[in-house]
Amino acid sequence: MKYLGIETEKVRIGVFDFTGCEGCELQLANKEGTLVSFLDLLEVVNFREISSERGDNYDVALVEGAISRDNEIERLKQIREKAKVLVAIGSCACFGGVNYLKNRFSMENVVNEVYGEHKVETRRVQSIGEVVKVDLEIPGCPVSKEEVERIVVDLVTGADIKFPKYPVCIECRQKLNTCVFDLGKICLGPITRAGCGAVCPSSKVGCLGCRGPAEDANYDSFRQIALDHGFTAPRIEEKLKFFNALGAALQK
Amino acid sequence: MIYKVITKSEFKKFINGLIKENQTFGPRQVDEDINGKPIYQFREVHSFDEMDLDYTVTYSSVKNFFLPFREILSRYTFQGDDWEQSLEYRVNPRVIVGLRPCDINGLAILDKIFIKGAFPSPYYLARRNNTFLIGMDHEPLEDCFCESLNHHVVRHGFNLFCSDLGDRYYLSIDSSKAFNFLKNVETTEPTKKDNEKFIARKNFIERSFKTRVEVTGLPSFLDIEFKSPIWKKWGDKCLNCGTCAMVCPTCYCYGIEESIDVSLKTSRKERFQYSCNIVDFAEVAGGHNFRPLREDRLKYRFYHHYRGFAENAEEPICVGCNRCGRACLAGINPRDVINDLRLESKDELPAT
Repeated sequence: MKYLGIETEKVRIGVFDFTGCEGCELQLANKEGTLVSFLDLLEVVNFREISSERGDNYDVALVEGAISRDNEIERLKQIREKAKVLVAIGSCACFGGVNYLKNRFSMENVVNEVYGEHKVETRRVQSIGEVVKVDLEIPGCPVSKEEVERIVVDLVTGADIKFPKYPVCIECRQKLNTCVFDLGKICLGPITRAGCGAVCPSSKVGCLGCRGPAEDANYDSFRQIALDHGFTAPRIEEKLKFFNALGAALQK
Repeated sequence: MIYKVITKSEFKKFINGLIKENQTFGPRQVDEDINGKPIYQFREVHSFDEMDLDYTVTYSSVKNFFLPFREILSRYTFQGDDWEQSLEYRVNPRVIVGLRPCDINGLAILDKIFIKGAFPSPYYLARRNNTFLIGMDHEPLEDCFCESLNHHVVRHGFNLFCSDLGDRYYLSIDSSKAFNFLKNVETTEPTKKDNEKFIARKNFIERSFKTRVEVTGLPSFLDIEFKSPIWKKWGDKCLNCGTCAMVCPTCYCYGIEESIDVSLKTSRKERFQYSCNIVDFAEVAGGHNFRPLREDRLKYRFYHHYRGFAENAEEPICVGCNRCGRACLAGINPRDVINDLRLESKDELPAT
């Protein structure tokens, strides 16, 4: 591949999954219109969902899912050792994600509830960053393929990798959506990092904060607004905890 | 300006004629809020009846028809180590029906910047010239304060403006296009009585304003109040979400971004609407942020609206529609912020 006459190097990637729905991996294989161009920038060394290659000479490891079992820790550490760059993709990898809800209960209760007499080994859920060093986080449930494409192009052309710093509201207003609060529902859009195109509020569903906090998010004001709209403190907490992505909001 | 009178049934015929030939947008109810109040936006319409011309106000302004939230300014194609640029200004003719005076006056302000300014924008000009605007008067809402800024009446910047006389509209015609289009339907010359009714209607609207914002001498007030604690009070509430700037008819600050397509064979340069409220608005290369505080970012939006521009062109860029105030979840609105500042100045006066 050449960019403006300069030969570019393909990024050698391995994609690995831990506890999660594998939806983010599927996203990598989505957006068929530009899929060929996208894969042209990469050398896929290991990616169970789209390739039978099982190599371990990757430079960039894309890691999806959270850590919830002992054997996952070992496997993750091995990937970290081999990868020059480790990227956490998706809300589970970045924050623990929906899996993190499990941590509210005792592990014994959790196993009994889900598996009954067919018990399995499990542990408290951790994000990838809680276990190994993460070089880049691409949040979202699922990740936006457009954003992943942009990041890969930035990597290949040597540009800075940037994420929007502002909250979802700006993208929501640009879609001419009705504010979800006006519809009587709670929405974490005002404190959540944009970049999703306000996909949930566009369907009149309140944002649950899967992309983590916007920069300098105003939690105090947000909390007051939610209370003023008649939502109780426990209901607000419940929403804030959904992806474990807005930890800073909870510490207040 | 030429004046005519048209019956509402004939007006409907006129609009349906326009809709048939042009892409047309008008006020449509898009939702109902939790209190049962309708929410309107300018949306594409395919017949007169899809519009609600008795609407209150649209949530967002018409700004994005002229300054899209995101638009491609140019595309580039790479060939070897060379590249070619391609530009596209063309816009198909279109019609927007039902603009309020504040919408039209907002566009007149944008015209000063993007047509008459030092760097005219061919993109804006193409959109503006190819959009036929039909304005409508309305009884002010509780919180409209356009009258304080003298934007409750229109002078120019539209093709046709309709004043509601009950069963008829009193038409102000400000373009030859509008004059010629109207030849296809039946209109009459205004009688003396029509003129009286038209003036009575104008007076009635002018008397109906319930919200006033004192803007006289505001630029110097703002100079004096640069370090006022009022900014922190409101800044603490601000979510820095940019909603105010997105719904505003005149907030025009933007960013430019160049991105390479995933094929590495093409790229594009895009302009996108931004806002001085947004956290990295004043962030520069190397990462320094000139306005790291919420209150500063909020303050500068007010300064641009009521002071900065006033210094340049002797008028604020705010038209008094209060869309920002209605849309702000944190309850920040120009009336309360400006009143706060004025009270604060009064407190500072020495006792006499």
